[in-house]
Amino acid sequence: MTTLPRFQHMIGSGIVAAVGVWVTYISYTATPSEAFLFPRLIATVFVVLALWTFAKACLGWTKVGNGITPTQVKNLAPGLIVALVYIFWAAKGLGFYTATAIAFFILLSLYDPAPHGQLRSWLKRLAITAVFMAVMYGLFAKLLTVYTPREIFF
Amino acid sequence: MEFLLYFGDVFTPLNFGLLLLGTIGGLILGATPGLSPTMAVALLIPFTFQLQAAQGLILLGAAYTSTVAGGAVSAILLKIPGAPANIATTLDGHTMAQKGEGAKALQISFLASAVGGVFGVLLLIFLTPVLAQWALAFGPSHLFWLAILGVTVIGSLDSKSVVKGLLSGCIGLWLATIGFDDIMGAQRFIFHPALGGGINIIAALIGLFAIPQVITMFAKGRKGDGAEVLTVQKHPISGAFRELFRNKRALGIGTAIGSIIGLIPGVGGQIAGLVAYDQSKKFSPEREKFGTGHPEGVIAAESANNAMVGPSLVPLLTLSIPGSPTAAVLLGGLLIHGIFPGTDLFDNHPDVAWTFINSMLIGQILMCIFGLYVAGLAARVAQVPQSVMAAVVLGLAVFGSYSVQSSMGDVYVMAGLGVMMYFLERFGFSAAPLVLGLILGPIAEANFIQGSMIANATDGLGPYFLGGTLNIFLISVVIASILYSAYMELRTRRYTSKEEILG
Repeated sequence: MTTLPRFQHMIGSGIVAAVGVWVTYISYTATPSEAFLFPRLIATVFVVLALWTFAKACLGWTKVGNGITPTQVKNLAPGLIVALVYIFWAAKGLGFYTATAIAFFILLSLYDPAPHGQLRSWLKRLAITAVFMAVMYGLFAKLLTVYTPREIFF
Repeated sequence: MEFLLYFGDVFTPLNFGLLLLGTIGGLILGATPGLSPTMAVALLIPFTFQLQAAQGLILLGAAYTSTVAGGAVSAILLKIPGAPANIATTLDGHTMAQKGEGAKALQISFLASAVGGVFGVLLLIFLTPVLAQWALAFGPSHLFWLAILGVTVIGSLDSKSVVKGLLSGCIGLWLATIGFDDIMGAQRFIFHPALGGGINIIAALIGLFAIPQVITMFAKGRKGDGAEVLTVQKHPISGAFRELFRNKRALGIGTAIGSIIGLIPGVGGQIAGLVAYDQSKKFSPEREKFGTGHPEGVIAAESANNAMVGPSLVPLLTLSIPGSPTAAVLLGGLLIHGIFPGTDLFDNHPDVAWTFINSMLIGQILMCIFGLYVAGLAARVAQVPQSVMAAVVLGLAVFGSYSVQSSMGDVYVMAGLGVMMYFLERFGFSAAPLVLGLILGPIAEANFIQGSMIANATDGLGPYFLGGTLNIFLISVVIASILYSAYMELRTRRYTSKEEILG
């Protein structure tokens, strides 16, 4: 049973419905139409279910999904931002290993329950980062021989 | 008895080494709360690229089997199920550990897992070739309906909301159409250059299963789990064997229920464990002891959740229809080696098929032996802070998805789908039907196009896709699964409403 306000459900299902309408529009208008035969079939079911879900959300009939609380948003926002910067910019811009080490250390520092005021906990975080990077380098660079972007650093 | 011909292949040094690695690694990963078997197998796929098909499957199969069993360690010692399949184990297992019977609970849990698991794999061995031959009679229209069946069954049975489950399946089917059309070469829904080659299955699987878990860990903030590992006193293994024999009724019920539930696509280990626990309680003369640290509860739950592993692969290996999200990930592992399940697998690659299945049989025994020794270590690993787990999983997801084709596009797809899935899950959507749609979409489309061509040359689309006994049967199952789930959803809601009214 949901504890989520109607407004959040409307936003979530509204986005899905908008995607459904867009997919349906493209499927029925794009050429060559033969290439969109199967997408048309799916899009028709997709848009019907998406609009149904949206209508239920607008009427307050949605029963599942608990949405996101302000506390959860506050908790996840820093980590999500670090992760997205790491994936969409730093990994390519700085090099995989440098970016991963920085992102890993920042995430540990942000979410580790150990106190921030102790030198010991910072040394522990550094040690964990170093061990993780050594394992990743061994696995991907040496064992799997994956050539990752090195760019300005490593 | 063809499987016996390939039994020796499991014991080559590399194959056996991978089996050991998958088993021990799986036990440790399984004990880690938040690392589900599906996610563990998805993260392991990139490590199988440089292996031969059979070797890759041995590693993935061993990890699948032992993560399910390993989840019992944290369920018993920390009261945190390692995977949803171990929820029922927590009910009696943790109480046993609190009473100082942690070692006994772990021993009977691994022994019951092994018995259930071996039975499940034997079912896989004897059912699969029969069904694979039967699958030869399937034409494009039947395969199309089977693919749709795979999506709708999981969409309706695996979700709390039938409509949202089916909608998740539709999103997956749509995502599968992104890229260039195979027949006309036309561009479809390519709104970013990273999607030019379509959505890579492995990157998508990693994103859909790993990233939502990472964000969920972020959402918990800086607080620790606060779970304390209970100490384990020594307990003779012979005593555990005797306990298992004494509770053979619970073992039989768990094994039978797990095997049957495993064969039904979409009904996972969580349901198997809970149903087996409930039925064992009903048939037990000591039903009042359930929930107070009764070994029968642990035996029923653990034998069931491991017995479903083998049968859950039957629809995958015979009809290319993954019966569970983990089976869908294994299908991804097969496809990257250019192997298609079904008759192709057993006719053209019997060595791969049977070595994989035999390794699962041996893996059940290894899991039992090593489980007893690794349990202590696994419980310690289960205490690793969520911050470390989140950062490790994120790093593995990025490197793993990049290594698929050495493409940053795959990393972007992985991240994009993962973030999208986290928010969809918050609104009641489910990853499993979406993944099934993504994997079965190309199968459904290829057979739909092929069937349309045949239909145009013969009776027309309607009679071809909607006529014939097998088509009607498959369509009936699709409709029945949706109606049944809708009925169950309405019934559950009605009861909830009554409870709410009564306060």
